[in-house]
Amino acid sequence: MGLTDPAGNSMSVRIQTEDFDTGAEIAAMRRGNPAIGGIASFVGVVRDVNEGDAVSQMTLEHYPGMTERSIEEIVTQARGRWNVIDALVVHRVGTLRPTDQIVLVIVASAHRGDAFAACEFIMDYLKTRAPFWKKEQTAGGSRWVDARASDDLAAERWNSGR
Amino acid sequence: MVTILYFARLKESLGKAREEFALPESVIDLGGLRDVLAGRGGAWAQELSGARPVRAAVNQEMAAADTPIRDGDEVAFFPPVTGG
Repeated sequence: MGLTDPAGNSMSVRIQTEDFDTGAEIAAMRRGNPAIGGIASFVGVVRDVNEGDAVSQMTLEHYPGMTERSIEEIVTQARGRWNVIDALVVHRVGTLRPTDQIVLVIVASAHRGDAFAACEFIMDYLKTRAPFWKKEQTAGGSRWVDARASDDLAAERWNSGR
Repeated sequence: MVTILYFARLKESLGKAREEFALPESVIDLGGLRDVLAGRGGAWAQELSGARPVRAAVNQEMAAADTPIRDGDEVAFFPPVTGG
């Protein structure tokens, strides 16, 4: 959904089963906005191995409503810390296979430092706070993926000033 | 009544995605609700007694044991998140 904050800045958060086109999304964000000086993007992709086991496919579940709201809050927090002219988060749900794209974060700023930092912050917080759950299919059957302590640490470091 | 939602591992092991639950007068917060549900025994005790990691939200905001619960609330229990 597209949102505009009181300063006229915009953000979009989409949860969808369909794939996304990063180039088209960046082009749409840049179009007609001469204030943008830099755009950083991150694409998360399904790996073929997790915890040492081959993964044939995975299914992503989410909490409709809360998931969108929690990501919007994360983007709002990023906007409070860095110059963010526009931001887009797309997260796929449903069944995905190795090499499929899962998540896209795009941040447009006046300068690159803000775009890089805000993009990484949004990803780190999304991994630990947005309600999504992965269930992966391996030769040994299906299993819910456990949360990683390293993801909590990645999110925590934003609280201690890097 | 409160609406209780279960996601991911909890939904599977409890065999339920959603229920409408009449809040006992004694239950005033999330911790109290979790204890009552764990008291059903079996998978409920396994998932909600603290032996396995569980998170919760009240009205779609992350919540703690002392978060108040009132009639009409939407409560959700789920494992730690693994998106991205």
